[in-house]
Amino acid sequence: MKIVTKGFASAMALTVGLAGAARAEDVEVLHWWTSGGEAAALNVLKEDLASKGIGWIDMPVAGGGGEAAMTALRARVTAGDPPTAVQMLGFDIQDWAAEGALGNLDAVAAAEGWDAVIPGALQRFSKYDGHWIAAPVNVHSTNWVWINKAALDAAGGKAPETFDELIAVLDAMKANDLTAIAHGGQPWQDATLFDALVLAEGTDFYKQAFIDLDPAALGGDKMAAAFDKLIKLRSYFDSNFSGRDWNLASAMVINGEAGMQFMGDWAKGEFLKAGKVPGTDFICIRFPGTQGAVTFNSDQFAMFNVSGEGKLAAQAAMATAIESPTFQSAFNVVKGSVPARTDVPDTAFDDCGKKGIKDLAEANTNGTLFGSMAHGHAAPASVKNATYDVITAVVNGEYSDGATAAKALADAVAAAQ
Amino acid sequence: MSAVTQDTAVSTGRVTRAFIYLVLILFALFYLLPLYVMGVNSVKPLAEITGGNMMALPQTWTLEPWRSAWSTAQIGVEATGLRPYFLNSILMVVPSVAISTIVGALNGYILTKWRFRGDTWVFGLMLFSCFIPFQIVLIPMAVVLGKLGLAGSVPGLILVHVVYGIGFTTLYFRNYYAAFPTELVRAAQIDGAGFFRIFWRILLPVSGPIAVVSIIWQFTNIWNDFLFGASFGGTSQPMTVALNNLVQSSTGVKEYNVHFAGAILAALPTLFVYVVAGRYFVRGLMAGSVKG
Amino acid sequence: MSAPATADFRTRLQDWLPKLVLAPSFAVTLIFVYGFILFTVILSFTGSKMLPKWDFIGFENYVKLFALQHWHIALRNIAIFATLYIVICTAIGLMLAIFLDQKIRGEGMLRPIYLYPMALSFIVTGTAWKWFLDPGIGLERVMHLWGWESFSFTWIKDNDMAIYTIVIAAVWQTSGFVMAMFLAGLRGIDNEVLKAAQIDGASNLQLYRRIVIPLLRPAFLSAFVILSHLAIKSYDLVVALTGGGPGRSTEMPATFMYSYTFTRNQMGIGASSAVIMLMTIAAIMVPYLYAELKEKK
Repeated sequence: MKIVTKGFASAMALTVGLAGAARAEDVEVLHWWTSGGEAAALNVLKEDLASKGIGWIDMPVAGGGGEAAMTALRARVTAGDPPTAVQMLGFDIQDWAAEGALGNLDAVAAAEGWDAVIPGALQRFSKYDGHWIAAPVNVHSTNWVWINKAALDAAGGKAPETFDELIAVLDAMKANDLTAIAHGGQPWQDATLFDALVLAEGTDFYKQAFIDLDPAALGGDKMAAAFDKLIKLRSYFDSNFSGRDWNLASAMVINGEAGMQFMGDWAKGEFLKAGKVPGTDFICIRFPGTQGAVTFNSDQFAMFNVSGEGKLAAQAAMATAIESPTFQSAFNVVKGSVPARTDVPDTAFDDCGKKGIKDLAEANTNGTLFGSMAHGHAAPASVKNATYDVITAVVNGEYSDGATAAKALADAVAAAQ
Repeated sequence: MSAVTQDTAVSTGRVTRAFIYLVLILFALFYLLPLYVMGVNSVKPLAEITGGNMMALPQTWTLEPWRSAWSTAQIGVEATGLRPYFLNSILMVVPSVAISTIVGALNGYILTKWRFRGDTWVFGLMLFSCFIPFQIVLIPMAVVLGKLGLAGSVPGLILVHVVYGIGFTTLYFRNYYAAFPTELVRAAQIDGAGFFRIFWRILLPVSGPIAVVSIIWQFTNIWNDFLFGASFGGTSQPMTVALNNLVQSSTGVKEYNVHFAGAILAALPTLFVYVVAGRYFVRGLMAGSVKG
Repeated sequence: MSAPATADFRTRLQDWLPKLVLAPSFAVTLIFVYGFILFTVILSFTGSKMLPKWDFIGFENYVKLFALQHWHIALRNIAIFATLYIVICTAIGLMLAIFLDQKIRGEGMLRPIYLYPMALSFIVTGTAWKWFLDPGIGLERVMHLWGWESFSFTWIKDNDMAIYTIVIAAVWQTSGFVMAMFLAGLRGIDNEVLKAAQIDGASNLQLYRRIVIPLLRPAFLSAFVILSHLAIKSYDLVVALTGGGPGRSTEMPATFMYSYTFTRNQMGIGASSAVIMLMTIAAIMVPYLYAELKEKK
């Protein structure tokens, strides 16, 4: 709590500096966390700010992973009336910073030592040109597999550690009359699975292809191999996968209709809500071949250029509140993600959460923590969407071999740059 | 006009009539089907939806989804349900419809009874505004609203809806007034009646049918708009944006019964207008816009 | 001021008043429609990414646009969709209008039933139809539960057929409205004409083909205009029903434009696709408006 009070004090100092400012201004927050658990978690933040006399003007715009929210934001910024803080992912933050639309959090960050506790891979998005512009809320890791324990036991009982073992398990599940893979056929879900396949081809390869966007890697043999594996996995989907929401796919695993799902750690919430226990009813493993590496995405609140000292103070207070260890713990326990700072105790988290925190810390030290392409943390939106086009085409059967798909990917990425 | 003379003089045989009734009823079922699915599933507990037949009547009837959608569902950080957004929509829709209808009536009056050189051009140019895809105006509109200081406010939204509504309302009133005898207007002019007096005393009293068409059209379009509401609504977001937040929430259990209840709630005002004013709608169309 | 001068002033005011009242609407149209179209045209020649930027790059966006497979899919889809949508809506609308015009008992009941889908917003329409067409929860499953095990209806999940599910939902939404327009047209036809033709021994079919349908020409035109502009603007329904999927198979120009402008941060390409859309709309509307307005003069 010490950090909170310190930040609060500095915020108050700023507020008091403004002549006649009896109370701090409101913060206006644009976000797309509208479902029960998330919104409730966000309410923690709202109440924290309320206790300091800062009002919360809520502007939720749901849909499509924030697409509608980003359109609304563009209108607000163009109109010269940006919100105080906006929930944002990865490269979007950098793109907005490049437009000069974001504010500066250096004072808060320095006072609270963010540089030391927030992993470098996250800072890559929270800082622009050496200045803090956004307050990271959480880290989701995306290369998880969620397996129904009973289905796995019936299929041999051993959690797969390599791609071949995975195929063996999937075949056994198929033989047991299960839908082996519960998949939701939406571009971002297709790409989430593909991220893991590329990562399994090697961490260096992932970096070359998806982060450095090296044309040779994008169109090369390893990429072709990753696409071939995707084509192989496709044959384990049911016929009704297209357009399915990810949580419905999770439900299939929960009900035992399907064997496993490849999805980020937010899927855990679905299992927990259904009363399932990690380790007994379901297990969570890293995607076979990606052990030790983590692809992540991180929700952050990008702080916009607001004018007026009262508003700035409120903004700073909000940043402080987001990074407070109590909020980090409370929010992420609900959300299924792990805290954005490495010094938050893991006592409140369950087994999968503890494993997530440990994996993140390890990957951070070993240099195997990478931004997820599927979630806009490896490349800008135009490139991300270009990869979606090709990956989705493969999942929907438009390419029959990996080599053609890899070439198409290299072309699509080149065209989008 | 009585109902009897409105019908066609064509007479048909018994078999043909039976066939006609059959087709009409089948189509009625086709149109009602989605409403039935939504309605019946909005009064079921969630378990019955995910596990059961979507066409089946509920085994346990419950009004809980409706209550939840109206007042307790999570829309933003607070679990307010759709209720507060309903008011936002009303505040936006009523002035927008009123202003655009009045402006359309005046425009139609001028374009038919106070003709001037180039009036067809003016009308043609205004009419084209009906066909502009709204996505392309988003960014320039934001600039203009920002300059006017109306960004993120109800007056801003009203302005947007009026601007893109007057094309349609002018079209309706112009075609309607075109059939109105101009001699009456001239006669009143000779008697010394002015511009507004003629409009008020002579044209307005006979404008009922077309006003209904214009109001229904505008009310439906504005009530159902999502794009402008989400982009320019700011903190007074309309019902459609809230409904979208309800049904599109990205994570967590999807409460389909609540979604359906919310969807019907959001559609109730427009449904009400169509069902109540539907007969006037056809009459108004007949009197006005269909004339070529 | 002398009396004649006052009178003169009054008449001059009366002359100017109509134009004065019309002026704001006209000005607003010039700015908010034509100004914004001009803005979009200019934008399409710039390298704008996230927000408008005025660095001109010539026709590059157009070249890129037509090199995108995506855009070709969108063009093919709008061709399929618009044709089927307009033809089917007109056919159903005309048929229902003619049938309803036969002194039908319960017309007052049926009419609102046919009309109400037009009152619903895309989220409502989309949610309902998505459910209904989904093989896992909708029609297919109902048929299976009712014992018709071999029934299969998986269009919404099928790359080649998904576009037709959008036609179904769109027809559902607007055909009743088209019916209302035709019904209004039918009710406007003078019954004496029909009676005269009947006396001459014309059959019902001939009556409709030779006399009624030609008399409905204005209604056909209005229906065509309203339907084609709804078709080109079709954005909401696609997003709500298929989200452009499976894959990208139901992408339309309107969804294409929106995604490039607002989610892919390639505003220049988005603007160039908007210009192509506007040109298409103009190509359809301008001849129609010209004919309509000239006739009336």
